[in-house]
Amino acid sequence: MRLCRARLWLAVTVLVLVHLAALGADLIAPYDFSAQHREFAFAPPTRLRFFDQEGQWHWRPFVQTQARAVGAGGAGGVAPLRLWVKGSARQVGPWVVETRLFGVEEPARLFLLGTDGFGRDVFSRLLYGARISLLAGLFAAGLSVVLGFVLGTAAGFYGGRIDEILMRFTELFLALPWLYLLFAVRAVLPLELGPIRAFVVFILIVGGIGWARPARLFRGVAVAAEKQEFVLAARGLGATDLHLVMRHVLPQSLGVFWTQFALLVPRFILAEVTLSFLGLGVGEPVPSWGNMLASLRGLQVLVSYGWMLAPAAALLVVVLCYEPLADWLQQRTKAGAA
Amino acid sequence: MNYVLPRLVHGLVLLTAVSVLSFLMAELAPGDFLADLQLRPGVSEETISLLRARYGLEEPLPVRYLHWAKSVFRGEFGFSMVYQTAAGSLLLPRARNTLFLTVTALILAWCTAIPLGVWSAHRPGGIMDRMAAGLSSFLLATPTIVLGLSFLLLAARLDFFPTGGMSSLDFDELGWAARLADLARHLVLPALALALSSFPVIYRHVRAAIGEVVDAPYLRAARGQGVGALRLLFGHALKAAANPLISLFGLSVAGLLSGSLLIEVIMGWPGLGPLLLESILARDAHVVVGAVLLSSVFLIGGNLLADLLLLWMDPRTREVR
Repeated sequence: MRLCRARLWLAVTVLVLVHLAALGADLIAPYDFSAQHREFAFAPPTRLRFFDQEGQWHWRPFVQTQARAVGAGGAGGVAPLRLWVKGSARQVGPWVVETRLFGVEEPARLFLLGTDGFGRDVFSRLLYGARISLLAGLFAAGLSVVLGFVLGTAAGFYGGRIDEILMRFTELFLALPWLYLLFAVRAVLPLELGPIRAFVVFILIVGGIGWARPARLFRGVAVAAEKQEFVLAARGLGATDLHLVMRHVLPQSLGVFWTQFALLVPRFILAEVTLSFLGLGVGEPVPSWGNMLASLRGLQVLVSYGWMLAPAAALLVVVLCYEPLADWLQQRTKAGAA
Repeated sequence: MNYVLPRLVHGLVLLTAVSVLSFLMAELAPGDFLADLQLRPGVSEETISLLRARYGLEEPLPVRYLHWAKSVFRGEFGFSMVYQTAAGSLLLPRARNTLFLTVTALILAWCTAIPLGVWSAHRPGGIMDRMAAGLSSFLLATPTIVLGLSFLLLAARLDFFPTGGMSSLDFDELGWAARLADLARHLVLPALALALSSFPVIYRHVRAAIGEVVDAPYLRAARGQGVGALRLLFGHALKAAANPLISLFGLSVAGLLSGSLLIEVIMGWPGLGPLLLESILARDAHVVVGAVLLSSVFLIGGNLLADLLLLWMDPRTREVR
């Protein structure tokens, strides 16, 4: 059990760091997500060096200026990695950010994870893409759990006709393989959407079809809760339905609520990645982890430019970290119920 | 027969509802194939309205649904605007390929998960248990996209397995044995990727189900009487734990179908997945509806099969109707 604790903390720490990095993308990303360095198409990751050509050790890592850039007027040689460098201005809400956490001076370039076919920095795009993919998962999971709670509780609480209709609906949704359903609903909407609209549409679609499974669980809780004596007593004392739900059903549903949330977030992150990967989600030039992976559908890119798999690795890490979280929540709920 | 019929009817009702829903969705979608065609400079307004009339798109929605439903029963599944042919002739071979891939993966996944799960439950905390647990939690977290891409990379690197398709170019000239070998060579990686994506869930359930019964008094008694470990585990314990596993069998079909959609697209298996994607992008409405409907046929069929298996295995389920 101690080991599990350690794993849980590790997972939570990693998740918090990843989300902070995504939120702070404007500060951390060395380049804009759409900045193209055309002369550096598919450039491999820039190596950070500590030893110069004479074998001298430097405490400050530096990068070699690449030959292609030297011709552009640079002195050639090396450029040290610096913290808090000045970059192009970025508008972040009401503020203008001009500093970057780290960077190198032109003409040297710093591509920590290489570049894609347009010479765009994969590391910067990974950070900006995390915003889209992670937030899409969080919002969509939030929406479907809330919808699931409202509808499921209504079904369990009132019973009768409402219950019947809602449960038939969930059955219908669950009778389709989830990805096919997602695709079918996506096909209803216009294919070409701006990035922001595509993002909102994704959340609405997934929230709109994802509530079925949680709703069934919430219904079970509500049915059980309604029969408890203190709920009956409260009702006898004249409590309104809303009061009963908020005061008595909701607290009992919280375990299911958080467990479902933790289970659904990685699932919906994957859904966003899948849709964007297949060209039905957020489109270029705005990065999402899915559309960054799309170029890998060409076999040549997959075989030759391994660093393009970075979003897949990031995806793996995020999903891997959500797993112990969901496990822990589930165990806690079970312990609470017993 | 008394207990089979209601389930069959339930499945059919569900299927009808799915067909109405998916047909409605396709029809309500803004823009269709003809609207896209209209954008072409050489196509006049009149041509479009003529085409609309010819394809019966002017008629009210219920009439169109009935027309379409009739053609489904004829096996035509409506009409593909893009290919100018019955949608069924596109869908059915693809559906067969998807079924072929998923059934192979299903067998592969269950045949590895059951022995591993049983053994892990038999020796909890042992080396096999810990290894399988580690593997399953890693696989559980591995997204299908990542799995598919890594297998594609593997195929490209190894040079032995093909990197797409279902058969080689000279397939028609091969003898039956060579054909079989060719098919198997194309099948291995997609089926493996798909099986690995559904393995962890099945493994965990097998382990949990066996773990619950493995210390039951009647099993201890059987062991005391000298029943061998293999027979004890696979003959007695597995049978006692079979109920939830059979239900899981039905559920695992859903996961496999979703997974196969992605694996097919990534690894170039000519199944329903690539066709669905292509027809969504081309606004080929009837093909989209047909693909969704067929996927749901497989899913409902899988659940029905699980129900029947349960009835056959466990007499208790026959009493409570």
